[in-house]
Amino acid sequence: MSSTDNSYVRTEMLPEREAPTGNVGIVGWIRKNLFPDVFSSILTLIALFFIYQLLAGLVPWLTGGIWNASSLSECREIIGDGPAAACLAVIHERFWQLMYGFYPSDSYWRPNLAFILLFAAISPVLFDGVSRKMFIATATVPFIGPWLLWGGSFWAPVTAALGFVVGYFVYKLVAKSMNNLLALILGPLAAIIWWLVISGYVSSGLASVIPLGLEPVASRDFGGFMLAVTLGITGIALSFPLGIVLALGRLSDLVIIKTLCVGFIEFIRGVPLITLLFVAQVMLSYFLPKGTDFDIILRVMIMITLFASAYMAEVIRGGLAALPTGQYEAADALGLDYWQAQRLIIMPQALKISIPGIVSTFIGLFKDTTLVSIIGLSDPIGWVKLIQSNSEWTGVVWELYGFVALVFFLFCFSMSRSSMYLERKLQTGHN
Amino acid sequence: MTTLTDPPKESFRLSMLLYDSRYRSMTIQIIALLAFMLGAAWLINNARINLAIAGKEISWAFLSSPSGYDINQRLIDYTSQSSHGRAAVVGLMNTLLVAVMGCILATFLGVVVGVLRLSKNWIISRLAAVYVEGFRNVPVLLWIVLSMTILAETLPQPRDFRGDDATASMMLFDSVAITNRGIYIPEPLFSRGLGDIPVLVGNSEEAVAACASYYDLDGDGQPATGCGTFQISLDLVAFLSVLIAMVMITKMNNKRADRIQDATGDRPATTLVNLAIVVLPVVSLLWYLGFYLGYPELKGFNFRGGTYFRNSLIALWLALSLYTAAFIAENVRAGIMAIAKGQSEAAAALGLRQGPIMRLVVLPQALRVIVPPLISQYLNLTKNSSLAIAVGYMDVTGTLGGITLNQTGREMETLLLLMACYLVISLVVSTVMNAYNERTKLKER
Repeated sequence: MSSTDNSYVRTEMLPEREAPTGNVGIVGWIRKNLFPDVFSSILTLIALFFIYQLLAGLVPWLTGGIWNASSLSECREIIGDGPAAACLAVIHERFWQLMYGFYPSDSYWRPNLAFILLFAAISPVLFDGVSRKMFIATATVPFIGPWLLWGGSFWAPVTAALGFVVGYFVYKLVAKSMNNLLALILGPLAAIIWWLVISGYVSSGLASVIPLGLEPVASRDFGGFMLAVTLGITGIALSFPLGIVLALGRLSDLVIIKTLCVGFIEFIRGVPLITLLFVAQVMLSYFLPKGTDFDIILRVMIMITLFASAYMAEVIRGGLAALPTGQYEAADALGLDYWQAQRLIIMPQALKISIPGIVSTFIGLFKDTTLVSIIGLSDPIGWVKLIQSNSEWTGVVWELYGFVALVFFLFCFSMSRSSMYLERKLQTGHN
Repeated sequence: MTTLTDPPKESFRLSMLLYDSRYRSMTIQIIALLAFMLGAAWLINNARINLAIAGKEISWAFLSSPSGYDINQRLIDYTSQSSHGRAAVVGLMNTLLVAVMGCILATFLGVVVGVLRLSKNWIISRLAAVYVEGFRNVPVLLWIVLSMTILAETLPQPRDFRGDDATASMMLFDSVAITNRGIYIPEPLFSRGLGDIPVLVGNSEEAVAACASYYDLDGDGQPATGCGTFQISLDLVAFLSVLIAMVMITKMNNKRADRIQDATGDRPATTLVNLAIVVLPVVSLLWYLGFYLGYPELKGFNFRGGTYFRNSLIALWLALSLYTAAFIAENVRAGIMAIAKGQSEAAAALGLRQGPIMRLVVLPQALRVIVPPLISQYLNLTKNSSLAIAVGYMDVTGTLGGITLNQTGREMETLLLLMACYLVISLVVSTVMNAYNERTKLKER
């Protein structure tokens, strides 16, 4: 047999050829993502034109912005007949007021320190590498933070913290010697007695021995973003536990407790926050004994907390409902009681599921703090109006609103991004 | 002598209230109820005493006293002589007006942006994402104030429309005027109109007198004010009833087409027939009533005639819609992504075309995911409309919770009534939503 190969079929592979230049690299990407067909191409062109128009207006306006002027008319003189430019001087001049309101300028370190402490307090939750010992900081911030902000005697936060210690020990003592439920009632009762009756004497006694304190700052001096952040963080910190309790109450078998929780949640969710703030402003004092008159900021904080806690409860209820029944049954099978099951099995999973909802409630709460400008507190929007009512800056609009919007955006956007990060970090599934 | 005793009968001991789980839940509940009732009683008692000291015992009489303030945007007749109660109703209608307008625009924008965000076109989906993140992360109050400022600062004043060298001009064949005071659009008028019927005419002499002159329409065809609590336009009633009747007939026509299709396999053309069924009677009714448009005209310092939307309404409407649309867009995106790709592929395998796949397979399933959060966004929009007070739009918060509260000093009554208004709206909407959820729920075994 001859071995001459006269087949028409190739015996070796052709060398690979380059992909058509139109399908790879940047050109291929543009063709695939921007101009795949006629309709899409038209949309792309419209979008590009829109972006060009926006940037062509915005960039020269910002880059040509005037930073050094003492009033709007001075700004306009500097601009003259030139192209439109931003009068950023207003932000330069009023930056600290937009940030801190009337807070005494030599005490700016106090809110700064409080917020740094707060960041340290939440760092174990956010970052992996941080030692768990940082949770000690988490425990002290609720007492140190308000003291730094409002000032006053150092012993007030100390005795307030001691109340929790007292309550805890009474609880332990009663739980060991008598009954759990009784301990659950007597512990908080002891703490309340401590706060209402004893702590005043203790703190004034300690203050007379070792006078240690900060210059007190009145609530009406709080303003700008500091006020928004203070209201937001207090609301977040208080509404979260309250929301958990309400969610558990709403899912409880105990009819009366369930009814109370449902009534509260549906009422709060049914009315706008502004009406609750009106209540805080004009109506709350009627419900308290004659002569009780406490701070408007405190009243607003209470209302914001109640408002957010109802929404929080619904989010957490969603998380609890999403948990498979097997988890509850497994906890029962292990012989855990209700609170143990909640603490060890149910809540860690349910809260993880509801992280996106919880964080968007936080973001909503932080945005809603702007409503206090309607009842006359000077949050950032209130400050914008104050600055505009000043004759030097009457007519400044875009710069101020743009700045406030930008800062809010940075806060809220970073919150939503960190929630995504937290979600990924806590992800234990296999997908 | 008896050595046998009955087995020890478990008697109720007081300590069982604490230790026995059968009774413990009862104890907890009763303690909670007692604590709640004590707290409530304490608060109410405080309020009673404080109100008595301030001389403001609960009384609703202020609702019928003259309000003494004007409301510039209103749907029913109202003058400063009208009562506070009527002012509250005008405000409530304004709230509902901006809420309905906002929901419609927000749904439209939200669906468009949500679909665009899923677009394969990179730049379009990025733009949609920027829109969503930008609007979601800035407080709605800021958007409301900002859009009011934009309208007031950038739009021409009415006087700019005047003279030969006017710097501004009306749009759409001189029918629409956009000014910094608001927008004027043509209003529907009827030269041979059927008139209005007054509802709830009072027995008092003034009411009867107002109604006596009522049927003498003065030249402009406008009804005299002050007759009855409100008036229903018969033209509108006629128009709506004809429209609804004709739409019903098209439904029947479609059913007939379905029957024929089931029997023979051929579907008779329905589109043109349906169009004719709706359009012809409606047009002939309008012609019979002498329909014409009343154009706004510049008279003196402002425009007259036409339908007038105040600046504050437009600003609030735009801001609420744009803000809520960002949230709705996310809901729509989530809803569409929740439908597994296999669904549309299976439908394609069955031989359905692109349109029917969307209409019959994807949308019904996506809607089940989209609608509940959509409704709660509607509720949020309605509640956020209470921020109207920041731009001076007279919604129910502005009338009842604003000027009426300040003028009468009745904080308790006005705020309770105000909250009740919003609560009723919320509860009605959530009842409807629950019914919808129940109806569209996945039937699982």
